[in-house]
Amino acid sequence: MTTLDSSKEIQKNNSEVNETHEDFRMFGLITFLIADGMTFAGFFAAYLTYKAVNPLPDGAIYELELPIPTLNTILLLVSSATFHKAGKALLKDKNSDSQKWLFFTAFLGIIFLICQLFEYFHLPFGLTDNLFASTFYALTGFHGLHVTLGTLMILIIAWQSRINGGRLTSQNMFPLEAVELYWHFVDGIWVVLFIILYLL
Amino acid sequence: MTISIDPQKTNNESLQPKGWLRYFSFSLDHKVIGIQYLVCGFLFYLIGGTLASAIRIELVSPMSDFMPRDVYNQVLTLHGTIMIFLWIVPVVNGAFGNYLIPFYVGARDMAFPRLNAVAFWLIPPSGLMLVASYFVEGAAQAGWTAYPPLSITTPQSGQIIWILSVLLLGGSSIFGGINFIATIIKLRRPGLKLMQLPMYCWAMLGTSLLVVLSTPVLAGTLILLSFDIIANTGFFNPVLGGNVVVYQHLFWFYSHPAVYIMVLPAFGLVSEILPVHARKPLFGYTTMVFSIMGIVVLGLVVWAHHMFTSGTPPWMRLFFTIATAFIAVPTGIKFFNWVATLWGGKISINSAMLFSCGFIINFVFGGITGVALAQVPFDIHVHDTYFVVAHFHYIVYGGTVFIIFSSIYHWFPKVTGKMLNEKLGILHFIITFIGFNLCFAPQHWLGLNGMPRRVAEYDPQFQFVNQISSLGALLMAISTIPFLINVFLSVRNGKNAGDNPWNALTPEWLTSSPPPVENWEGEAPLVEEPYGYGKEISEQK
Repeated sequence: MTTLDSSKEIQKNNSEVNETHEDFRMFGLITFLIADGMTFAGFFAAYLTYKAVNPLPDGAIYELELPIPTLNTILLLVSSATFHKAGKALLKDKNSDSQKWLFFTAFLGIIFLICQLFEYFHLPFGLTDNLFASTFYALTGFHGLHVTLGTLMILIIAWQSRINGGRLTSQNMFPLEAVELYWHFVDGIWVVLFIILYLL
Repeated sequence: MTISIDPQKTNNESLQPKGWLRYFSFSLDHKVIGIQYLVCGFLFYLIGGTLASAIRIELVSPMSDFMPRDVYNQVLTLHGTIMIFLWIVPVVNGAFGNYLIPFYVGARDMAFPRLNAVAFWLIPPSGLMLVASYFVEGAAQAGWTAYPPLSITTPQSGQIIWILSVLLLGGSSIFGGINFIATIIKLRRPGLKLMQLPMYCWAMLGTSLLVVLSTPVLAGTLILLSFDIIANTGFFNPVLGGNVVVYQHLFWFYSHPAVYIMVLPAFGLVSEILPVHARKPLFGYTTMVFSIMGIVVLGLVVWAHHMFTSGTPPWMRLFFTIATAFIAVPTGIKFFNWVATLWGGKISINSAMLFSCGFIINFVFGGITGVALAQVPFDIHVHDTYFVVAHFHYIVYGGTVFIIFSSIYHWFPKVTGKMLNEKLGILHFIITFIGFNLCFAPQHWLGLNGMPRRVAEYDPQFQFVNQISSLGALLMAISTIPFLINVFLSVRNGKNAGDNPWNALTPEWLTSSPPPVENWEGEAPLVEEPYGYGKEISEQK
């Protein structure tokens, strides 16, 4: 019961308390990404269950070809590396280099989305043709939505890392680091998705 | 990354509205948000309670004469959804969590105040949307589980509004969960160890882990279901080659943990209330912590015990029966710890204590029927009967709602600085306890004798027992009246409580009542023994 009294004493001496605490925004983002990953885990679990227990009906077409998704996998993996380059450059206060790498990363993201759409238009099945077609479009579409959001965020932080008046500096790395983590997460999900959907 | 930042000024006091108006603002103060959650949740509780009364009125007679059958389906769907997603989950997590957790970890606010306000303000629009769906083309009719193909074949607009509403509420729940995890793990006052936290922090940590891990799966499932309804895909539609059992697995992967999301925080709250009013330390703190974490882990791997009649293979039945039976162990440990906390204590018989004891009695009864339901042969006999309804309400009403009322009686002096009237409180408890048991105990018998749930018409031989049950529901409805009178009278001219009317030791009582905007006038106190009641007595001697 002594705590109450001692706190009142501190209050008298310490009218302007300058408190600091750890920056835990990254912790919150990681927690969110775990939650987001669980959404994908649910989709993957549904797809794998369908694959195990629901045979493809006679005459239904569900064929995937590897070249475009393989190219997409390479695009995303390279974009992860270029994003990392952007962070390194910003840390050394080379804002214009950082901005170039970010724009290049966003460019790779856009190419990925274009390839994805190209694949959609050339597949021999549509959304409602059969169960696996639906699952394919739902999974890749949900992932594509993540890539779209990520690309938009990369463009925003690329704009913010401009030399005059940009708020992204080596002292304020958080926006870049947050988007980078999100981007690596989206890449990681794609690798799992590629293995489950195309290779299995 | 461990850069230090200055504390964000969460409230610019000159800009924030004062008095009761701040409860209608986008306030970032965790205490205001907590009260917003509580009052908003209670309003939806009144709506959900009205719907429950309509159900019980319909069931007074064996024919569907009070309302048409499809309206009955809408009413039971809205009752379930409102009570779970708009009353119990937001109140027992959002309201008490937001109000208490920052005090318990010695912080000035939650870790992410803006996210916190966003999480709350998602609730009123989605709740109103859900209630308003009745006036569109009829609300959803497929029950709170929304099992396909029923949810695909019933009128679409109501079902789609239901899905959107639950998605928003799930989002709110996830944002809240992220916030609680960050606050409890990262925002603890320097010097405060994890094993010194009040038990409610542990309960909320476990609950938030469940929210973060399982709610997204429900969100994904409902998105797929909405594709089935709008875009004519066949994920869960057997006609188009889909698989309804996959929906059930994904749904219960969230909705079984959801039971723990509803009841674990109540475990935490009762662990705060009992030691204060029994003047004894909480018995078995460490075992409490480990049993909460045990329930979190086991709670994620028992979902298929809801699906024993869905063609589950024998190995799955065996696994989920055993896993479910195991949950009785940590739950039993907690139950015995509460009894041991009371044992030999200097118990004050007040409303908070009575509701907590009511919780213990109801919960152990609901727990026993729960273990019974986990056994496959018994479950197949009573599946989808009123036995399940009775079991569920014993856990969620007899358990959690009793604790919500207990907590309101316990923390009302903290929030308002006024005491609630004890006579009205005890009257509230007596009517609630009798009404609740009169309403739900006979339903065990109905279920064992084969009365199916979720139907407006039933075999005339069940009429008398149904009427007893409806009488109990009437008492439960009446019991709200003394409570509301009590709250209104006490807010206006209740007797002053002082800062710490219960002589409690947990940190929220070590500041003024009602607390100042950033919780403490100076530095937050370091409470190393939140339950050190025995020592307090020996010091006085």
